[in-house]
This record gives sequence, structure tokens and C-alpha cells, in this order.
Amino acid sequence: MLTLTGGLALCLAVLAFGAVMIGPFDLTPGQTLAALVGGGDPQAQIVIWHIRLPRVAAALLVGAAFAAAGASYQALFRNPLVSPDILGVSAGAGLGAVAGIFLSLPVVAIQLSAFVGGIVAVGFVTLVAALVQNTDRTLTLVLVGVVIGALAGAATSLLKVMADPYDQLPAITFWLLGSLAAITTEDILPALPVVLLGLVPLALLRWRINVLSLGDEEARALGIEVARTWFLVIASATLITASVTALAGVVGWVGLVIPHIARMLVGPSFGRLLPVSVLIGAGYLLIVDTLARTIAQVEVPLGILTAVIGAPFFVWLLARGRRGWS
Amino acid sequence: MRVLILLLALLALPALPAQARSITDSAGRTVEIPTEVNTVFAAGPPASILVYILKPEALTGWPRALRPEEREYIAETFRDLPETGRITGRGGEANLERVLAIAPDLIIDFGSVRDTYTDLANRVQEQTGIPYLLVDGRFENTPQALRLLGGALGVPERGEALAQDVEATFARIDAILADTPQAARPRVYLARGPEGLETGMKGSINTEIIERAGGMNVADDGGTSRGLVQASMEQVIVANPEIIMTWDRNFYASVFDNPLWQGIDAVQQGRVYLSPTAPFGWIDRPPSLNRMMGLIWMACLLYPDRWQGDLQEDTRAFYKLYYHVDLDDAELERVLEWAEGRPPQ
Repeated sequence: MLTLTGGLALCLAVLAFGAVMIGPFDLTPGQTLAALVGGGDPQAQIVIWHIRLPRVAAALLVGAAFAAAGASYQALFRNPLVSPDILGVSAGAGLGAVAGIFLSLPVVAIQLSAFVGGIVAVGFVTLVAALVQNTDRTLTLVLVGVVIGALAGAATSLLKVMADPYDQLPAITFWLLGSLAAITTEDILPALPVVLLGLVPLALLRWRINVLSLGDEEARALGIEVARTWFLVIASATLITASVTALAGVVGWVGLVIPHIARMLVGPSFGRLLPVSVLIGAGYLLIVDTLARTIAQVEVPLGILTAVIGAPFFVWLLARGRRGWS
Repeated sequence: MRVLILLLALLALPALPAQARSITDSAGRTVEIPTEVNTVFAAGPPASILVYILKPEALTGWPRALRPEEREYIAETFRDLPETGRITGRGGEANLERVLAIAPDLIIDFGSVRDTYTDLANRVQEQTGIPYLLVDGRFENTPQALRLLGGALGVPERGEALAQDVEATFARIDAILADTPQAARPRVYLARGPEGLETGMKGSINTEIIERAGGMNVADDGGTSRGLVQASMEQVIVANPEIIMTWDRNFYASVFDNPLWQGIDAVQQGRVYLSPTAPFGWIDRPPSLNRMMGLIWMACLLYPDRWQGDLQEDTRAFYKLYYHVDLDDAELERVLEWAEGRPPQ
């Protein structure tokens, strides 16, 4: 296990360094290194320090966060087909961001609005699910999530219809497709502690999450407070997802696909699954984002690339059946 | 029974125009239109501007109500026309029943004449019985559009005069371009959005004004993608444009302080220009005749040594001839305050 994690971490470091060297602005490895240690051409320094490094860091953070949230949700719902946006966090964050763009708010406020939108949507879903008091908690949550997600989607569409077609509509479209094109260090710094704040409880709760995946009865028999653990996991995963969605826009598929790969490597035990998911997720999004900024003259939206890569993979998984789950 | 006959007769009325003439639109459709066209429904913002310029009294409404800062640049009589929505494009909000209630003599769309729009025009025309003209909105086609619609609206002299004015402006630019090889033309980046990282690819309707004014759009991938795209800062740095055009005030306000943009030629030389947007955008938004004003402005910025003209006078004359408004000095200054904004020294 340790060797696997170590190996993955090493791969990630190599990938990250490679990604910093690649880009439309031509730099040799030597020039990259010179810029990294603070020397060389000032323009190269801007490219490395203000453009590529923040972007690589953001890709790592976003990929790790989606994968961690996806792994948590899948363990919690005992279902490998669950993605982090099942409880409406993407739909809520999307609505928040679109509202921000619609009101022509500054970028920071749009990000904040997306974050709050994601949190509020999931909060609303859990509240409604608790009020409904159906015996099947999972089913209730998922269905309410679908309902709230659809509602938020409708509100988003309404704003799109009302938005200025020349300025706001393109911005909305780009945001809903996800991108790290305009990311700066100032965007990452507030998101980083929030993601960590969500990751720490997940890591601490790993044993209870394992027990939960045996089923509520068994978990109760082993002395777990089921409802409280559910709430904690949902709150942590939502915090993580909402903060990176605010940063990168709606990027699908990562949280769905990456935990599968991790589970193939290390099995379903959450204590191993979480770090491996985080590492693979970070690497995966780094590769995808590097493609997004290099394969064309212009930016390719992240959401499109992750879907093009994720969808066939998912079909393959379905064809394989549900092997590999506890 | 008599009531029934009367009703039938009324229903049949729109199908039997007393006097009609046929006209061929830009999509090659032959449309029967009344001899006298007094009311026109504009299917979208570009069409509304075209109609407003040619024959404002025929306009039945604005696709979108004017904003406060735009109002003073529209002749007073037409500021409070009702908001009618748009028929085409994304989010067709105009209800066809409402169009029927307005009962215009003619519906006009100005823009793309591709199959989707041709089909849409035919459908609306069949459903409502109101003739629907499609006018090609490409920039190069502007004089023909003015002549075509001038004829349709019964103001051929005005259409002809404006078409000649447009042709004269085009010719003045072409004279400069004739001895300016492609390689010597300024390289222009159109920055959209508050971060300046949205742009239009070369060949898109949003940026054709750049080429028309004699600039080279740096967002050029040989024509594989068109329309609006996202660019990354690194791509802008690599493209290193000599001139940056924008209408986004947030972007303009921050570009000279943002360290990421400092290495770019346009920023170093102070050649970032903010375009006015009242009553309509000068560069785009919407892509209609309003771009003629932007074209004059842009030619003056791209070729300051070659282009003859005084922006103040040109603006005043343009707003008078095209927009039917006499700008007083304060109003003129408020428009040009944007255009004349210069980087902090």
C-alpha cells in the first residue's frame, strides 16, 4: 500500500513538472528551471509563476477534491454509480455562478456565489429528505437530490434566457462547461483550506465509512451513530465539491470514474481508497487540463474533455458488471 | 349567418393584400409584401437597428427595452417603444400571437441566412401570414442590405444614401489597405469578459470588423473554429497583440495594473482601447449597422497616420445621419469619454 501511494505520488510530481514545462509559450527545460528559481526572462517568469504554476496547482486540487468526494459518496451510498453531484451540489453551484454572472458581479463574488449555491442546494436536499422521513434514506436523498437539481437547472435556464446574449450568455456557457483558463493564485488560496477542511474529517471517519458500507443495521450493531456519520460525510464531501466547483466550473465525470480506478487498485476499504483516489484524481485532471490548454489554439472546456474521456470508460465499466464492490 | 360570413371575410383578409409586390430577400426567397410598409417587426436586435436607421417610424418595438444609459442616444419618439422580444436566435421569447396582435406589415431578420433561419422564416411566415424578409448580416453585405431594405420599406433614397456612405467608408479603408501588405497590418486582440480572456476567432461575425478595419485578428487557427472561444493568458502572451480592443470596463480598468498583462506589447505601448456601447456597441453587440461607427473609430486607431478624420465630428455626424439624434457637447463627451480613455501614465 505504502509503495503504491509513494509510487503514485512520485508519478504525480513528474507529471506536474512536465505540465509546468508544456504550453504555447515555448520554454526549454533549462529556461523553465531558470524561471522556477527566479531567474531568466521576465516574461518567462510571468508564464511560469503566474500562469502555469497556479493552473497546475488548481488542476491537482480540483481533481483530488472531486475524486475524494466521489469516493466518499460511493462508499456512503454503497453504489459505484454515484457521483459527487448526486445531491445537487453542481446544479446549485451552477445556479449560484450563473446568478453572479447575470448580476455582473466581480469574479470573486461569482466564485463565492457558486460556493454558497452548492452548499445551499445540498443543505436543502438533506433538510427536505429529513422532513420526508421515508424509511429508505438513500432513496429519499437521491430522489430529492434529483428534484432539487432539476429545479436549480430550470432556474439556471431561466437566467440564461434572460441574460444579455452578447456578454453574459457566453460567460455562462463557458462557466457551465468548466475551465481553469483564468485561474490565479488568488483564486486557489481561499479554496485550498476549505478543501482540506473537508478532507480531514473524511480521513478521520474512514473506519466508520467502511462500517457504514456494510449497511445501517450492521453499523448500528457496531455502535456507529449512523445518521450523524452520514451528515458528517455529506457535509465534508459537499464542502470539498462546492469549493472546487466554484473554482473550475462544472467539471463532471472525475468523481464518478476515478474512485473506480482506485477501487480496482486497492479494493473498497476506505482508508486505502481515499488517498489513492486523491492521487489518481489529481493526476487525471492535471493531464486533462494540460490537454485542454495545449491541443488547440484556444481553450477546450474541461467539461467536454472529461466527458469525452469519461463516458466510454464508464460504458466499459458497466459492461464489466459490478465486480470489485465489497 | 351574416356574422359568420363577416368573420370568414375578416379571416381571409390578410391573405388578400389589396396591392402587393414581390421582393427577393438575401436567402433567395421571393416574398410578397404590401406596396406600402408602415409597420415592421424586428426579429432580433440587429434587425431592429437596421429598421431604426432606415425608417424609425415603422419600428413596432425594441427586442429588448433600452437601458437608461442608451436612451439619450435614441431619438426621443422611439425611446419608449414596447419591448417585443426576439423571434430568432437563442431564446425566442416573442410570442407569435403577440406578433399577430401587433399585426406588422412585415417581419425582418438581419443576420445569418443559413438554412435554419430560412426555414424558421418560412415557418413563421406560413403560421402568421405576415411576410418575413431575411437580410444577410455579414459586414461586407451592409450596402446591399441597406438598399434591399430601403426598397422594401419604401425609402429607397435613404437606403441608397446610406449605402453610399458605407461604401465610401469601406473605400477609404481599402485605399489604406491597398498599400499595406498583410504582414504590416496591426495585430489585434479582441478582449471580452471581465478577465479579457474571451475572444472571437478570426472569421466569426463577432470580429469581422477587425479585418474590415485592416487589422489582423490574433485569434486565428486557420478557420477550424469560429465564434466565441476562451483563451488562456499564456495564449495571449504568445500572440502578443499590438492592439487590444474591448468594451468591458472592468477589464479595461484592470488591464494596466494586472501584472499578467504587463509584458504584452499593446499594454506597454498603451494601445488598449475601450469602445463605447451607447446606444449600441461600436464593435459588436449586436452585429448590425452600429459597427459602422466602430469601423471609423477602429480605422483611426489602427492607422493613426493614414486615416483622415476627427473622431468628434465623425461621431456627431454618424449619430445624426444614422441614429436621428443631435448630440449636444455633453452627450458627445459622454460617448467619447469611453473611446478617448487613455492608460494612466
